[in-house]
Amino acid sequence: MSGERLSEDQAAPGSPADGTAEPGPSPAGGSGRGGRTGGTRSGRRTLTEGQRSERRLALLLCAPAALVMIAVTGWPIIYSVWLSLQRYDLRFPADQEFVGLANYVEVLTSSYWWTSFGVTLLITVVSVAIELVLGMALALIMHRTIVGRGLVRTSALVPYGIVTVVAAFSWRYAWTPDTGYLANLFAPGSAPLTDQASALAIITLAEVWKTTPFMALLLMAGLALVPDDLLKAASMDGAGPWQRFIKVMVPVMKPAILVALLFRTLDAFRIFDNIYVLTSGAQDTSSVSILANTNLIQALNLGIGSTMSVLIFLSVALIAFVFVKLFGTAAPGSDTEGRR
Amino acid sequence: MAAFGGTDTRARKLRWSLLNTLVVVYALVPVLWIMSLSFKTPATLNDGNFIPREWTLENYRSILSTTEFLRALLNSIGIALIATAIAVVLGTMAAYAIARLQFPGKRLLVGVSLLIAMFPQISLVSPLFEIERTLGLFDTWPGLILPYITFSLPLAIYTLSAFFREIPWELEKAAKMDGATPGQAFLKVIAPLAAPGVFTTAILVFIFCWNDFLFALTLTSTERSRTVPVALSFFTGDSQFQDPTGSISAAAVVITVPIIVAVLFFQRRIVAGLTSGAVKG
Amino acid sequence: MSDIVLDRVTKRYPDGALAVQEVNIEIADGEFIILVGPSGCGKSTTLNMIAGLEDITSGELRIDGTVVNDRAPKDRDIAMVFQSYALYPHLSVRENMAFPLRLAKLDTATIDRKVNEAARILDLTQHLDRRPSNLSGGQRQRVAMGRAIVRNPKAFLMDEPLSNLDAKLRVQMRTSVSRLQKQLGTTTVYVTHDQTEAMTLGDRVVVMRGGVVQQIGAPQHLYEHPANLFVAGFIGSPAMNFVPAAVADGGLATALGEIRLTDRLRRAMERADAPREVILGIRPEHFEDASLVDDRMRAEGDVFTGLVDVVESMGSDKYVYYALDEKARSAELEELAADSGSSDVPASEGQLVTRLSAVSPVREGDHHEVWFDLGKVQLFDPSTGRNLTLEA
Ligand SMILES: Nc1ncnc2c1ncn2[C@@H]1O[C@H](COP(=O)(O)OP(=O)(O)O)[C@@H](O)[C@H]1O
Ligand SMILES: [Mg+2]
Repeated sequence: MSGERLSEDQAAPGSPADGTAEPGPSPAGGSGRGGRTGGTRSGRRTLTEGQRSERRLALLLCAPAALVMIAVTGWPIIYSVWLSLQRYDLRFPADQEFVGLANYVEVLTSSYWWTSFGVTLLITVVSVAIELVLGMALALIMHRTIVGRGLVRTSALVPYGIVTVVAAFSWRYAWTPDTGYLANLFAPGSAPLTDQASALAIITLAEVWKTTPFMALLLMAGLALVPDDLLKAASMDGAGPWQRFIKVMVPVMKPAILVALLFRTLDAFRIFDNIYVLTSGAQDTSSVSILANTNLIQALNLGIGSTMSVLIFLSVALIAFVFVKLFGTAAPGSDTEGRR
Repeated sequence: MAAFGGTDTRARKLRWSLLNTLVVVYALVPVLWIMSLSFKTPATLNDGNFIPREWTLENYRSILSTTEFLRALLNSIGIALIATAIAVVLGTMAAYAIARLQFPGKRLLVGVSLLIAMFPQISLVSPLFEIERTLGLFDTWPGLILPYITFSLPLAIYTLSAFFREIPWELEKAAKMDGATPGQAFLKVIAPLAAPGVFTTAILVFIFCWNDFLFALTLTSTERSRTVPVALSFFTGDSQFQDPTGSISAAAVVITVPIIVAVLFFQRRIVAGLTSGAVKG
Repeated sequence: MSDIVLDRVTKRYPDGALAVQEVNIEIADGEFIILVGPSGCGKSTTLNMIAGLEDITSGELRIDGTVVNDRAPKDRDIAMVFQSYALYPHLSVRENMAFPLRLAKLDTATIDRKVNEAARILDLTQHLDRRPSNLSGGQRQRVAMGRAIVRNPKAFLMDEPLSNLDAKLRVQMRTSVSRLQKQLGTTTVYVTHDQTEAMTLGDRVVVMRGGVVQQIGAPQHLYEHPANLFVAGFIGSPAMNFVPAAVADGGLATALGEIRLTDRLRRAMERADAPREVILGIRPEHFEDASLVDDRMRAEGDVFTGLVDVVESMGSDKYVYYALDEKARSAELEELAADSGSSDVPASEGQLVTRLSAVSPVREGDHHEVWFDLGKVQLFDPSTGRNLTLEA
């Protein structure tokens, strides 16, 4: 028992006056932090009354949230896999039948799917890259500004808070010929939203505008973890501002950056609202979400739509997997115990 | 930092002011633009001017006189408030357990809610569409409230458990020593400390629900439960010939106001909420 | 005010950890008693059981003769001061101190009177309307004390109340805690891991280790008559020197040279059935520069010549560290060192710490002769740690 506490003991009898705070149990101590010391040895087998009632309370508290989340996602996911294996068009309900993987073959050989997939990837990569840069700049400004910090932070929250559809309409009207203040920015009389390249650029712009502040806030959380002393030490060691940023801040912030990237990448991959309002997917600007929605709700083809849903789900899972494996992104909250 | 001297400080202040202005312009221009549109008269609507030449409240008057908009506004408010209330209550319970209690399956719960936070909502649209039609939930308030709760729960759980971890729980013991019953200890000491976190979470969840478009688009079909974001995308104008731009802009401004107010008053809390959840990685 | 009795009190945590074992303590009315021991030895657990914040696994806790094992904290009429102070951040200083009185449903006038009185005693009057977050560490500490004393409870429990203060403030507060306790005459149980605090504050000190009480006694008694190696090493600063000793004809072979057995030591050895090996302990302050010792004293002691490693001049006296060539450390000593979490109980390997007069001319690098008082030497059983020199 005592040996394991070794490193925690500061105050030895030999040093009467300098033994400051005993690094004993943290304030959260009490029941929050059971399984230490003897726990691993004998705790598993015997559950005492106290422990059992703690578990009961915990399960009781978590059950409603867990049930809702599972009921609304778990079952539908299974159902959607089942739907994806059916021919099921609501306009011809009588034709419903099990078709195995036929829907998958149909989707995966369709050029619409691959165009949308490409568009989605392009928007995801480009917007997340821009957001990372802009977001970092914004985070630095919000974190370090010496004047008007409240003003900057408040303004930055506006894009985060505003309804995406509202922002999308603002961008749409801004680029609509005649109506918009930006319409004639590049070529007078053109209609930027009716051309694939410029439409995609505008979609990306709208997406970047809306989500950069969120990225910046996540990054700012990371910035707050960089100790001021570390930066001072670095400048004493002769590092200029840029070197301080690259050599000190970025490595310390790396976990926060990866989490922000993961979140935003997955979020960008689901892009829907902006495209729906800006182009409705015309001129080959559909994202996979838009395409799936078109098949589901407009064409009422549940079989094909569900197939796309499942494929999108798999893509997202793959992206998350790659992030976790490649960069070792720690999922936020995955480490609820210890460390901090 | 302060050791850099007076004139230098002034230059630095100027530089920061410029950067700040840039941020403010970036953040506000699209909002100001849609406001500007909402105040334009039909005649000047298509002049491309950033600032209206003629101001009018006609657009507001017209949308506020249609049930199409008013009903949607009622739906939006009702659905978002109910979903927020439920999500915050359920989230508080779960977050308390996660932050304070030791139980098997804690990691699983955290993992599952993380998965849901990253889940592509479109993947749920077809099964939910089908299931809700079977259960009679399609195009009803509960039909939207349920997915809203589900997708805001992860957010609520993260933010709240981050807040809960910050509460010095020793205070609970102190209160008991001071003669409080467990109930009093909770009401007089823990609840006042937890309230700001719960409130912040409620704002974040409300923003999330208020913002949704995809579920509202796919799980509703009539005015009965259609929310404003969807309703305004369906605006066609009073007549076939009328351009809905003015009405859409006015409706957009109306649903933006609550957000701006929340951001203005609770900036600090929102930032704290978003960042505290993020660093607990 | 009341007496508190712990009768074979044991605590096993839900996870199976045995934190406190069969603790027996009888605390008299008005007594100031200290629980001391290294971190993790079960002091807080013991205190929390007295408070009612932790259940007692077995044994009995009696306050004023009544068994209170199953009473909620609020029904025990005991006040507690926490290491983190546990001040309610959303309440002002006044409201913090009034909190227990409010819960006790006292009328406003009485509450005001009591709070003002406590604030006056603790010199907090001008801070009454501030929030705890705006106070300094020392002020917060005093608010925590204030919240405890306003109630006039049967007993105070304090869990390392001073350990978050800086060294100087801690010494000041130590005195005022002591004065306050004398003034109020309230039974007080005080937990600390700092032996200096334990020695200076308490009427009696309870030394704990690994959940087991090692010895209970007045500070001076523990210092002079430690029951075992652990107490000997834990109490006193700098810590007692320990050197292994082998019994040779008529004396003890140690790294300090051959030491002759005085009558007292011989009796101790005989009581213990003449073991082959013992551990010899001697405190730094029982050394003196041999050149400053008169013949009469010299006769009562022995001398040792060694290489002076380090000299620390404290002004009033000098700490002189000698290098010892000491290979055989007993397992007990190793464990003890590990247990107290520091390498300087017993004196770090191969080193002898002595405290000599300031006038000693000793210099680093010298081979210098020191005298030590054989009358103060203690002998310990290497296997059990028991102090053999204690007269039964
Ligand atoms: N809530 C708990 N659950 C399990 N073990 C605990 C708990 N609190 C303390 N312990 C264990 O009990 C032992 C004694 O702890 P404590 O009384 O806090 O020691 P001290 O106050 O002397 O530093 C330690 O080994 C510690 O790890
Ligand atoms: Mg302790």
